[in-house]
Amino acid sequence: MSDTAIKPRIEKVPVKEQFFQKLPVLLVPFLAIAGLAAIGNPASWLTLTVAGLAMGMMIFIMASGLTVVFGLMDVINFGHGAFVAVGAFVGFTVLAWLAGWTASPSVMLNLAAVLAAILAAMLVTGLLGYAFERVIVMPVYGEHLKQILVTMGGLIVAQQMIYVVWGPDELHISRPEALQGSLVIGEAAIEKYRLVAVGIGLALFLAMRHILKNTKVGLLVRAGVENGEMVEALGYRIRRLFLIVFMTGSALAGLGGVMWGLYQETITAHMGSEIMVLVFIVVIIGGLGSVEGCFIGALLVGLLANYTAFLAPKVALISTIALMVVILMWRPQGLYPVVKAK
Amino acid sequence: MTDTLLSLSGVHTHIGPYHILQGVDLEVPEGGVTVLLGRNGAGKTTTLRTIMGLWSASQGEVRFEDHAITRLDTPEISRRGIAFVPEDMGIFTDLTVEENMILAAANGPIDTKRLQWIKELFPPIGTFWDASAGTLSGGQKQMLSVARAIIEPRRLILIDEPTKGLAPAIIKAMTDALRELKETDTTILLVEQNFAMASNIGDTVAVMDDGRIIHSGSMQELVNDAALQEKLMGLSLEAHQ
Repeated sequence: MSDTAIKPRIEKVPVKEQFFQKLPVLLVPFLAIAGLAAIGNPASWLTLTVAGLAMGMMIFIMASGLTVVFGLMDVINFGHGAFVAVGAFVGFTVLAWLAGWTASPSVMLNLAAVLAAILAAMLVTGLLGYAFERVIVMPVYGEHLKQILVTMGGLIVAQQMIYVVWGPDELHISRPEALQGSLVIGEAAIEKYRLVAVGIGLALFLAMRHILKNTKVGLLVRAGVENGEMVEALGYRIRRLFLIVFMTGSALAGLGGVMWGLYQETITAHMGSEIMVLVFIVVIIGGLGSVEGCFIGALLVGLLANYTAFLAPKVALISTIALMVVILMWRPQGLYPVVKAK
Repeated sequence: MTDTLLSLSGVHTHIGPYHILQGVDLEVPEGGVTVLLGRNGAGKTTTLRTIMGLWSASQGEVRFEDHAITRLDTPEISRRGIAFVPEDMGIFTDLTVEENMILAAANGPIDTKRLQWIKELFPPIGTFWDASAGTLSGGQKQMLSVARAIIEPRRLILIDEPTKGLAPAIIKAMTDALRELKETDTTILLVEQNFAMASNIGDTVAVMDDGRIIHSGSMQELVNDAALQEKLMGLSLEAHQ
């Protein structure tokens, strides 16, 4: 074929449309500025903003696996909260075993204890994710109603197993010495743990972006979210890929569980199902299957929940649902809708 | 006599309550282009998807290189050397052209010599290498779809209506490319409604109707027999031109 046969031409995306596509990214700074205007006091605003970002990052960690699992295989996993709760309890157990490290004045020993708790939680929830996918999810591929029923059933079973292993009472989980207390910046007091949560969430987001954009597995996940059938026709086993993604998503939920438990300092068997309301709101706001959308949605939810809790505590309960309604009225398929081939 | 590369015998395929393929018998000889003709709804796309394992045959047997592949899953069929270019092109629009090609090279890194040949075959692949595949025009997407199928050497390529909805200049370019591809010993099973294009590059032909093959033979024989065209398709080649 010669060059003269076809004149290569590419359809230019209009500037207005490009701006419209990027607009969701601006929502986070816009909300932060609106929060500053409404709160007035910069010190209170800074404290609330860091708290909101920390909460958002933790929700993102829990939600990121769920959104990719939905995007890749159209699986609605209502049992995702089980991994959050199990992760928190495993983390609690490890921190209890390492009580000497967490009470030590050494920052390194404190962080080592948290790291050990996180790794153990991710390992256990990752393996639990393997069993969950093989036993509960695999038989109901393509059947949404059954998926909702059986994954909710799986969640109940997991909660009962927590009762069996750790008992029915809520447990108190203490942060290591190094993560207790606040940093004072001017008049603002910022909890150290929240800064750590922001750091871990941001690092995870950047790592996920890097993997999705620059590795073959990431390309496969992105391609699979759009057209799983074509990925199979190219010679890749998408169910094996899905299993890896499901296990990774479960492990991330376990990580989120440890972090959420340390944030709340109290863990219960129902903590996963309680946080799942926010997780689903974030996944829907972001656009089902979109990691970037999930990240922005989580930050919006975290910031809004903290601002409204300060400004109008009675409104705080419905603020995140109101946010979801407004965003869906603006973009019915979420901030970054994922294009599906079928 | 040419060896048979792919054969279907008595293949039935059901999709939900619909009985689409009702005993397809088809032989695709090794080398050259076999064209599958037929009106809309005759079962051509279902035949390709059944060969590829995307829809399961409920009865009958598909054999490739003398091995039964009827019960194999799609990735395994692909790995045996069959590539598929679907009717909707199956482009990953969220990925760049380069990323689409990287994924298509399932067995390892892209062979640079082969990529160069593909870029000469389809110049827009090189021109828009870093561009998002979603921003390509319809013809460019079709070229990318075929390019993806041939980025690694394949024994058989199934192509579903590559000229559908394309401008005449692009159809000519696509025909030239398929003709060059044919020279590389790659066997092509082509579903096509454009009889003029099909007759231009086809060596053998099979005509489908109501989920069955109602005629198979050489393309030349069909091209030269207006009465047979009229009987099989209700239209003669002359009427298409």
